[in-house]
Amino acid sequence: MAVFNLNVNGKKVTVDVEPDMPLLWVIRDFAGLKGTKFGCGMALCGACTVHLNGQPIRSCQTPVSSVAKSAKITTIEGISDGNQLHAVQQAWVEEQVPQCGYCQSGQIMSAVALLKTTPNPTDQDIDTAMSGNLCRCGTYDRIRKAIHRAADLSKTSSNTLPKAGKVGGN
Amino acid sequence: MTPNSNSRREFLRLSSLSGLGLMLGVSSFAKNASLVKLSAEAIQLEINPFIIIDNLGNITLVNPRPDMGQGSTQAVPSLLAEELEVSLEKVKLIQSDGKSKYGSQLSGGSSSVRELWEPLRKAGAAAREMLTETAAKRWGVPVSNCYAQDGRILQRNSDKSFSYGELADEAAKLPVPTNPMLKDPKDFKIIGKNKPRLDVPSRVTGKAVFGLDVELPGMVYAAMFHAPAIHSKVISIDDSAALKVPGVIKVMKAERAMPHRTSEAVAVIATNWWAALKGKKALNVTWDSAGLEKMTTADYYARSYEAAKAEGINFEEKGDIDQALAHSGKTIEAIYETPFLAHAPLEPENALVHVKDNGEVDVWAPVQGPDQALGSVADYLKVKPEKVKINVTLLGGAFGRKAYLDFVLEACFLSKELKKPVKLIWTREDDITQGPYRPGMLSAMKGAVNGKKIAAFHHHAIGESIKGQVFKFLQDHEVDDWVTGELSAENHKYDIPTWKLSWTNVKTDIPIVWWRSVYASNFAFGQECFMDELANAAGVDPIAARMDILKDDRFKKVLEVLSEKANWKEKLPAGQGKGVAIFKSFDSISACCVTVSKQASGGVKIEKVVSVIDCGWYVNPDNVKAQTEGNIVMGITAAVKPGITFANGMAEQSNYHNYPIMRINEAPKMEIHIVDSGEKPGGVGEPGLPPVAPALANAIFAATGKRLRKLPIDLNEA
Repeated sequence: MAVFNLNVNGKKVTVDVEPDMPLLWVIRDFAGLKGTKFGCGMALCGACTVHLNGQPIRSCQTPVSSVAKSAKITTIEGISDGNQLHAVQQAWVEEQVPQCGYCQSGQIMSAVALLKTTPNPTDQDIDTAMSGNLCRCGTYDRIRKAIHRAADLSKTSSNTLPKAGKVGGN
Repeated sequence: MTPNSNSRREFLRLSSLSGLGLMLGVSSFAKNASLVKLSAEAIQLEINPFIIIDNLGNITLVNPRPDMGQGSTQAVPSLLAEELEVSLEKVKLIQSDGKSKYGSQLSGGSSSVRELWEPLRKAGAAAREMLTETAAKRWGVPVSNCYAQDGRILQRNSDKSFSYGELADEAAKLPVPTNPMLKDPKDFKIIGKNKPRLDVPSRVTGKAVFGLDVELPGMVYAAMFHAPAIHSKVISIDDSAALKVPGVIKVMKAERAMPHRTSEAVAVIATNWWAALKGKKALNVTWDSAGLEKMTTADYYARSYEAAKAEGINFEEKGDIDQALAHSGKTIEAIYETPFLAHAPLEPENALVHVKDNGEVDVWAPVQGPDQALGSVADYLKVKPEKVKINVTLLGGAFGRKAYLDFVLEACFLSKELKKPVKLIWTREDDITQGPYRPGMLSAMKGAVNGKKIAAFHHHAIGESIKGQVFKFLQDHEVDDWVTGELSAENHKYDIPTWKLSWTNVKTDIPIVWWRSVYASNFAFGQECFMDELANAAGVDPIAARMDILKDDRFKKVLEVLSEKANWKEKLPAGQGKGVAIFKSFDSISACCVTVSKQASGGVKIEKVVSVIDCGWYVNPDNVKAQTEGNIVMGITAAVKPGITFANGMAEQSNYHNYPIMRINEAPKMEIHIVDSGEKPGGVGEPGLPPVAPALANAIFAATGKRLRKLPIDLNEA
């Protein structure tokens, strides 16, 4: 057991756990953030995707001891601004992407990272960036549409995202 | 299901929602899921089991169907809300807890909307009439002077109105109308409309609560070491290394209670999940697998192909098939093979169970049916059903797997022994290697054409039976009507001069269960590919050949729409081909057209999939589209990705690397079209799947001339 001080969604989180514990279980069982999910434990499904300094990582294969003290961890709970949904989340709602929704935290974290580096992705860019995130319900077509929509939303204005609760759609 | 069909009813006062399960926080404001604590002053009045109105005006609807992504959170309460004249944005929603007053609560068989269409609309309408009658009485006016709108009863030509909350107390005392007036569909405000699902926001913020997410104070975690060769017995356990893992509390012998048999397992109990998992990895168990080396898919298929040489047990017959085959122009024989498949939902199996000292049992689990769970848990633990409380969470996918409750009963066993709440989690390896699976099946076909006409068709369905293995309800030499019902002439509507349907049960100890669309997923492949072969032998276009012998207008309409939307008649560039299939399952008809193109590097690529569905009346057209999109993805995965194989009694696949499912870069373009037949509701969750695989195989034949009769098809080799 060892003490680790982590920066999760801008807050300091201190945990006393085994050094080989994957970040996924630290986040879920010790930081109390259940939005990040377990799907395979082998970095094959992407359900555990979080950001480490803005980069998407598979937290099920990232031992907590490998996370630098200064590293900023961002989970699904940390991408909206108070009640204001992130553009990707807003697009996900507009396109009614989720079915069961279990994989969607990981999908969204991967999509947010993609749009940071590639604000106007092609379908090919999307396929490449998102191919690590499985969806058994089969929402892939809507994920593609929603990423394009999020790219548009981010273009129109980066400062005036719609508030949470506004579901859009027809 | 009888929602208060008797006119004499008890007037119930409920002081809290504790009898009704966890509120899942399904509101339009994306709040955290939370237990709702009511103020002591709020008096809850149960108008009927599904509608609770309190004297402060809050309306709560009870959803009797768990949500596994198929959209029951919206679709089912919509049936109540439409007739009750309230909008879903303004009500609280809770899940039923399995008690019998809610009737059937199993999400499965694509049955939720079509089974509850009438009963829940009637429940909503009855409540509306009781509230209207109460208002009318209070005003001293005829009922016809009053009408319901948006949670209030209004008096015509006046500004008088009452909220439902103001009327509930008295309304709840009235006898329940047995035949309330249902709304005219032209007046629908919710049903049939494209309303956004109010549960979506919580699924994009990480706030939605799945089974895996629930915690209880004082709980311990359990990782199960299941027998690698399923059904093996434990010989010895060496837990010395496991007990040294920090956090591991105990290693104990446990059991996996399946519906038809119980097998042995070993559990590692720990203070946190990671410790439990590490403990399991450090555990050494020796197993007695004697005899299980024979439990292989190779052996199962060998016996199935042997069975294909015989006629099978006759289910239905029209004309003399042997005569027809002997005297027809061209005869064809073909055997179609489908593999065993895992459900592999992204959320693996898990359950949190607390068997309390006072004899009560609390269960928190992602189960498809709280009623099924309640009965199973009560039976297994030998406690009275009244003592069991099922809290249904959201399900991270299920596809049938979470209506097989071995994982819940495993947690029950452990909690009873440990006298603590136990959170049991299956790893992905548990999920893929332990099953139960969709069984692999064969369709042994014989048919004939005379000139341009399809003259004869014998479908011999072969394989293991869910009715037989899981429920022990199939006698030897008895036809499995759960299979043949889907394949009968009454189901496919093809009017073929000579027709025969027969069945042979080939048994296996590999655990099986229903998978999305159940037997339709296996046998539509055989039926629709063979129809294609017959059409080809007759030299007739596959759609024209079907239209010629289909005597059902709904089937024909679906094919017409498909032909139009898929541009069936267009001249294709060289190397491209289109294939079609149509199948009825769960009261809905779906047809699919796949376009493939030969690749220079070898094999084929799926260019486009067009699906048409006639599911009668539906609640949300966008959700019908979404379910059909999902069915296409799952149907193609089932057709082209490796299945489950058993060697030496063990599954040869274990995780998403050797049991791959479709990824976004493999997802083809797709288009969905809904036929608005206005007929009574049919299923939506499954019917889009069965025609996908045969449409693909038929497209490959059209493009390459290769007839592929065995799934999975390797698209790189096709």
